[in-house]
Amino acid sequence: MTRSPVPDPKDEPRNPTRTGMRLIVPLQGVVQGRGGLILGSIIPCALFYFLQFYLKRHRSSPPNPPSPSTSTGNLSELPRSSSRANLSSRGSIGRVHVSSRASSIAKPNDSPYYIGLDRVREDPYDEMSNPDGIIELGLSENRLSLDLIEKWLEENFNNSMLGIGGDGLGIGGIATYQPMDGLMELKMAMADFMTEVMGRTVVFDPARVVLTSGATPALEILSFCLADQGNAFLVPAPYYPGFDRDMRWRTGVELIPVHCRSCDNFALSITALEQAFNQARKRGQRVRGILISNPSNPVGSLLNRDTLFDLLDFARERNIHIISDEIFAGSTYGNEEFVSMAEIVDSEDTDKDRVHIIYGMSKDFSIPGFRVGVIYSFNENVLAASRKLTRFCSVSTPTQQLLTSMLSDTSFIQEYLKTNRRRIASMYDLFVAALRGLGVVCTKSCAGLYCWVDMSRLISPYSEKGELDLWDKLLNIAKINVTPGSACHCIEPGWFRFCFTTLSENEIPIVVERIRKVVESCKPPV
Amino acid sequence: MAIEIETPSVSLSKVALSETHGEDSPYFAGWKAYDENPYDELNNPSGVIQMGLAENQVSFDLLEQYLEQHSELAANSGRSSTSSFRENALFQDYHGLQSFRKAMASFMEQIRGGRAKFDPDRIVITAGATAANELLTFILADPGDALLIPTPYYPGFDRDLRWRTGVNIIPVHCQSSNNFEITPEALEAAYNEAESKNIKVKGLLITNPSNPLGATIKRSNLKKILEFVTRKNIHLISDEIYSGSSFSCDEFVSISQILAEQNYKDSERVHVVYSLSKDLGLPGFRVGTIYSYNDDVVRTARRMSSFTLISSQTQQLLASMLSDKRFTENYIRVNRERLKKRYEMIIDGLRNAGIACLNGNAGLFCWVNLSSLLLEPTMECELELWKLILYEVRLNISPGSSCHCLEPGWFRVCFANMSENTLEIALRRIHDFMDRMRKVKISLQ
Repeated sequence: MTRSPVPDPKDEPRNPTRTGMRLIVPLQGVVQGRGGLILGSIIPCALFYFLQFYLKRHRSSPPNPPSPSTSTGNLSELPRSSSRANLSSRGSIGRVHVSSRASSIAKPNDSPYYIGLDRVREDPYDEMSNPDGIIELGLSENRLSLDLIEKWLEENFNNSMLGIGGDGLGIGGIATYQPMDGLMELKMAMADFMTEVMGRTVVFDPARVVLTSGATPALEILSFCLADQGNAFLVPAPYYPGFDRDMRWRTGVELIPVHCRSCDNFALSITALEQAFNQARKRGQRVRGILISNPSNPVGSLLNRDTLFDLLDFARERNIHIISDEIFAGSTYGNEEFVSMAEIVDSEDTDKDRVHIIYGMSKDFSIPGFRVGVIYSFNENVLAASRKLTRFCSVSTPTQQLLTSMLSDTSFIQEYLKTNRRRIASMYDLFVAALRGLGVVCTKSCAGLYCWVDMSRLISPYSEKGELDLWDKLLNIAKINVTPGSACHCIEPGWFRFCFTTLSENEIPIVVERIRKVVESCKPPV
Repeated sequence: MAIEIETPSVSLSKVALSETHGEDSPYFAGWKAYDENPYDELNNPSGVIQMGLAENQVSFDLLEQYLEQHSELAANSGRSSTSSFRENALFQDYHGLQSFRKAMASFMEQIRGGRAKFDPDRIVITAGATAANELLTFILADPGDALLIPTPYYPGFDRDLRWRTGVNIIPVHCQSSNNFEITPEALEAAYNEAESKNIKVKGLLITNPSNPLGATIKRSNLKKILEFVTRKNIHLISDEIYSGSSFSCDEFVSISQILAEQNYKDSERVHVVYSLSKDLGLPGFRVGTIYSYNDDVVRTARRMSSFTLISSQTQQLLASMLSDKRFTENYIRVNRERLKKRYEMIIDGLRNAGIACLNGNAGLFCWVNLSSLLLEPTMECELELWKLILYEVRLNISPGSSCHCLEPGWFRVCFANMSENTLEIALRRIHDFMDRMRKVKISLQ
């Protein structure tokens, strides 16, 4: 996974390959007149050429492979059944060409984030059948509260929920063509659910809800609608590795990381945003918006009200959009209050057109397999375009029916959200305490399904390479899969995201012991 | 006094503002008229009868019966057979459930009478054929490139294949003189037209059975098509969404059969699109697949399918249903018989009204020739006639111009999205209309 190409000398990344920078310094001599007219014209041209080449190379760098929670399977040849035995083996590349978009996506995964997920798939830990397998801590999946949903289904499920049988409309009711952006009943139930999840400080309007098959296409649709090919979004880093795929792959849109630092607890600084915006402008790159995740992934922090207001001001002054990915809004567990961008916009009454929220059922409600995502926008034109685009990513109607029933049971939902939060909180406490016992510290987070762990003192050298060495040891020796900060575009080496909501309590000591092995071997000599 | 400066509103992308969604064309305008005044047997017997929607409602009872008899199926996909729900809920692997892919492969084989085999590992799942076609376009062509599509074609292609992809469509014009069959000459002409405009052609997309013609592509033509794409070294997408709606198993020949017969030589350029929206009448379920003989395309399509996965709950439900061979064999056979019966009913009715149609043998619609009713053989007159039929006769049918048909006066008329009673009423209205038109003609002479 490539690093950001932002050529900011202050933000000198760990692998400086600033072709441009390397040429500028010796050029000073030329510029001061010693090089003469010829050199004076050739070298700027050469610089310009290199800069274009450099930018082009980074622009077409391999986009990230797909969804973090989906396994990427065997990258080598597909298994062939006997019926295909006669298929001539010309190798995996046919003579006929695919598009350049496709070629970059077809390349093997080189991000540790996806490699780790693959490895777990090949050798997954199981208490009984595979106790030496790899324990998955790299997937932000919540298994802590599925039993609550299972219980609800046991008590309440009947076929009419899928629209089948006697009292329902029959299969004709749900099977035929429906509005592509979702059934009104589900939009209403979803609006109510979002209102509940986000603390009832603002009421969500079903007319602004657009349903998609997961948050992944929701993000992509917004990227297609808010930016043209070659434009960019500013994204506070470290950020969710999937953004690189969702926002960039097919759209041709760029992401510019805005680096946040441990000394600030990885808080977003408006000054840093401003710098990034100005640098983009100097490069001739048009920024169309800011993409934030709140609660943030991978850090697990919340953006406070003041920062959100500042962000809106910032966006307004430059006339750009804000996409607020609030998919973890229901997974808060600390003392801080979650504030949705919807609440900020609600209090302002003007200038809502630039605000769009992403939500989904994969994290707070643990049903990523059912593919349910939401675009919530205050912009009528964006809603109109998004609705039409949902034809490529609609939610399956039986799933919509089932979900409508579940979400309409308000007392169940309230109980679920409360219990879920409590369980995440206690798992967080246990896990963090366990890590502390190893001398490993995390940032204080208050949301999300993961913690952001500082292992920088254990890496050697203090660089991306050192970090990846440690990641490799954790994967292959400790046999746990975690996400290295470099996969999230973190500018400081040594940070890792550990997801803890796939674990049960009795698995924590196992994880701790495994990590201990590696930690001991990494400690600097006394 | 301060002068108010208007703050510029925040701008959207070209994609968002594009008209490529095409929802202002007559194809969609007719739907609006229907929505405003829909026919209902009891409540609105003079309303607009929808004959512009290619939906299959003739075999719902078979599905309902099956689901009622196997209610534990629905239960497993929703209720707590504990591991089942939990596994489904967490399963978002873009490979798709293996059981589902196996079931789809087997279903596709049955539709082709076992004359072609499908490998479940070559199946990529998508949320509908719309998504499958768009995905393939992203993979096979770059912005500015083109796909060749024989006319008349499904109006939705203009939107689905071009909107976000930036890819062009070059029509391959087919004519009534040879029943709109695709000829090598027409293919060459379209290819050369693209070349002359400096546009790179990356593939040919055929729909077989054809929408809107309601006819299968002949075996000999399929071979010539395969020969053409091989010679030009381009891809072939065969959208076989109506394969289970051919009136008999023997009438339909799939490209997969041709490939099997020639030992899969030159197959890496071929990709088949399928969906359950038409044959099974389940468009709301959003189930589509891409079947590709090209490893690169399978791998890439699979990754890209992250943007358009099928709900695991739905996959599970369908995996069980489609692996029940007794059910599927019966369904396929009965569905074909019923569609054939409907087709014969509408053809008879139209013939009695003095209207000729193209000989059809598949699909949920027929391709009707109303050119004799046009004052002049122009698109404008065709649209006038379409409006007349929509507002006077109160039938929404699709004008050929929205399908890019070069010859004015052809219309697509759907017959499977209504009850037999409603179809009879529609035929009666057409009969009366034709009577009136004849009288008007006579009085003008």
